[in-house]
Amino acid sequence: MTVRELIQQTQWPTAALPAADREITGVYMGDLLSWVMGRAKESDAWITIMSNNNIVAVATLADTACIILAEGVTPDPGVAALAEQKGVNILCSPVGAYETARLLSEYL
Amino acid sequence: MSGALSFHFDVDGENFTMAGQASVQVKKNLRRLGLPPEVIRRVSIAMYEGEINMVIHAGGGHAEVVVAEDAIEIVLQDNGPGIANIEQAMQAGFSTAPDAIRSLGFGAGMGLPNMKRYTDEMDIQSEVGRGTRITMRVLLEN
Ligand SMILES: Nc1ncnc2c1ncn2[C@@H]1O[C@H](COP(=O)(O)OP(=O)(O)OP(=O)(O)O)[C@@H](O)[C@H]1O
Ligand SMILES: [Mg+2]
Repeated sequence: MTVRELIQQTQWPTAALPAADREITGVYMGDLLSWVMGRAKESDAWITIMSNNNIVAVATLADTACIILAEGVTPDPGVAALAEQKGVNILCSPVGAYETARLLSEYL
Repeated sequence: MSGALSFHFDVDGENFTMAGQASVQVKKNLRRLGLPPEVIRRVSIAMYEGEINMVIHAGGGHAEVVVAEDAIEIVLQDNGPGIANIEQAMQAGFSTAPDAIRSLGFGAGMGLPNMKRYTDEMDIQSEVGRGTRITMRVLLEN
């Protein structure tokens, strides 16, 4: 499914949505950036609670389809604008990482 | 390497939150050159880890990316503290990152292992008190 379709299904708010038509093909969950860099696959939805600027570079370089901030976390100031500029989608899930992943597996 | 294309970057050691910009730029440049996506991804990830290491552990440095016919070469050079025990530093999970940096999501001790994993060749030259020079190559198949 695309990021846009996921949002339609879940009604999760978005912080940045510059590439809504990106296809999501898998899920990676994690907060330690080098793990994400090493293990996330291209076009994964990346679930994390990290909300600082660095997540934008990681998502850009690992080529994930979107970042999903779990647990109701919102991006730090400036992160949404940076993500918009770099073409990185950020969604904000109000539920925990497990529940977020469980919902994703229902839709994918 | 005649006819090779190269990009040079100064990596700022002060700014953690904007770290990784050289790697993002390299990714853009390589895309424009029409290189295979998997090659671009491997180069960008390896370079990002090296770039971040220079910012976090060495107070910044220089990055040079050379696109040749048979390989993409990434050279990262800094005048930081150096790495006393390279074998130990290469181990997954080894990190000396301070707490403030860890709270940003760094410090898993996975950066150097990722660099090794995503490149075909990697060489580390380091001298304590003088700095570190890391050369990585991703080979291009024709
Ligand atoms: N350029 C460098 N100069 C000095 N020390 C370095 C440099 N690069 C790496 N190191 C040392 O090697 C260790 C391991 O590096 P590595 O990139 O694997 O992990 P990390 O940077 O600590 O955490 P992570 O990369 O997972 O966020 C570092 O903690 C640091 O002690
Ligand atoms: Mg590192």
